[in-house]
Amino acid sequence: MGLLSSSVSITRYKVVGKLEEPVIEAVTQGLKKNILREIDEDETEKASGWTSFNNPFKPDFTGSSFLIGTHFVFSLRIDKKSIPSKIIQKYYILETSKKLAENNREFLSRNEKKLIREHVINTLSLRIPATPKIYDLVWNYEKNYLWFFSNLKTANEELETFFSKTFKLTLIRLFPYTMAELSCSLSDADRDLLLKISPAEFTR
Amino acid sequence: MLDISVAYNRYKFLGDEFLTWLWFSMEKDRNRFITPDKEPFLIEIGNRIVLENRINDTVESITIKGDDAGLEEGILSLKKGALVTELNLIYKVGNQEWKFSIKGENLSFSGLKHPDIGVFESDDQVEGLVLEKLFLFEKVSNIIDALFKIFINIRLQPEWKADFIPAINKWIQSGLKN
Repeated sequence: MGLLSSSVSITRYKVVGKLEEPVIEAVTQGLKKNILREIDEDETEKASGWTSFNNPFKPDFTGSSFLIGTHFVFSLRIDKKSIPSKIIQKYYILETSKKLAENNREFLSRNEKKLIREHVINTLSLRIPATPKIYDLVWNYEKNYLWFFSNLKTANEELETFFSKTFKLTLIRLFPYTMAELSCSLSDADRDLLLKISPAEFTR
Repeated sequence: MLDISVAYNRYKFLGDEFLTWLWFSMEKDRNRFITPDKEPFLIEIGNRIVLENRINDTVESITIKGDDAGLEEGILSLKKGALVTELNLIYKVGNQEWKFSIKGENLSFSGLKHPDIGVFESDDQVEGLVLEKLFLFEKVSNIIDALFKIFINIRLQPEWKADFIPAINKWIQSGLKN
């Protein structure tokens, strides 16, 4: 459900901090350094990285292609290889039997079993392509806000960590407390009251 | 400012109270609703409302859905002490209409549909399409911010306890038709 979908989900953030000037160059460098690296040809099970909003399977950040109006528009891509547990179990049993037969033994040690399982997962990871998940985002640098087009907890946590690592800026998720603190122009006295309030009871 | 993860859990109730107040205000106190740009607008409950009643460690949840669903059971649930935890809303300005759901716990948007916009057929028009959509998303983001600000300003003042809690209680006890 990306930005162009007919129905979208949005989690809103405030961006805290400033980039080095020139800003567009800083964003370009951050995106290029942390571009999504394809993992289909290696044993890695999961990868996260930035990708282009309009071409998520062939990211290209040259020429400020992520700039739309005054917004930075790009996507977080999370690639993950999901190997069904029954397939892992099948190859694990086959490998275990083979090893027992080769060595004319009846049992394998715990460590040997662990190594076989790791070997099976690594071998299967080479054969199974990663499933990509793409989450669009819009960053209004001038107004210090960012909209992330997903409400999924895992995707939002990945965004918060990866954004901070890339740009050395903090994302503060907007929810009731942070909206009150950051967007409601509260006086110091109101902030004190906010710290003290407790749930209301409407019917007692 | 409090630690974010602590604050998230500590203030979940505030978003639920906001949605409950919003329902009350839509029924009884619409005059308070003013957009930042003073544009006349209408906001009403859409096709889904979720309420939760937390008693000790148990949670009783009621979901009412359907385009013409009656909300009496929602009021009954409020009478028992529940709060609104999720609300589907319709926001109208002139002949434009937005539909979306909002959860009390985080006030994030889901199922957000904006008014119809022109058909964009070529890749060259994507930038225009994005800008148009962002403009429309911003409208709904702004209205929720404006309503939440009205709520917070009431919530932190003595009039919340003196006037609003009794008024909301009266509305709940009297049901939807009074």
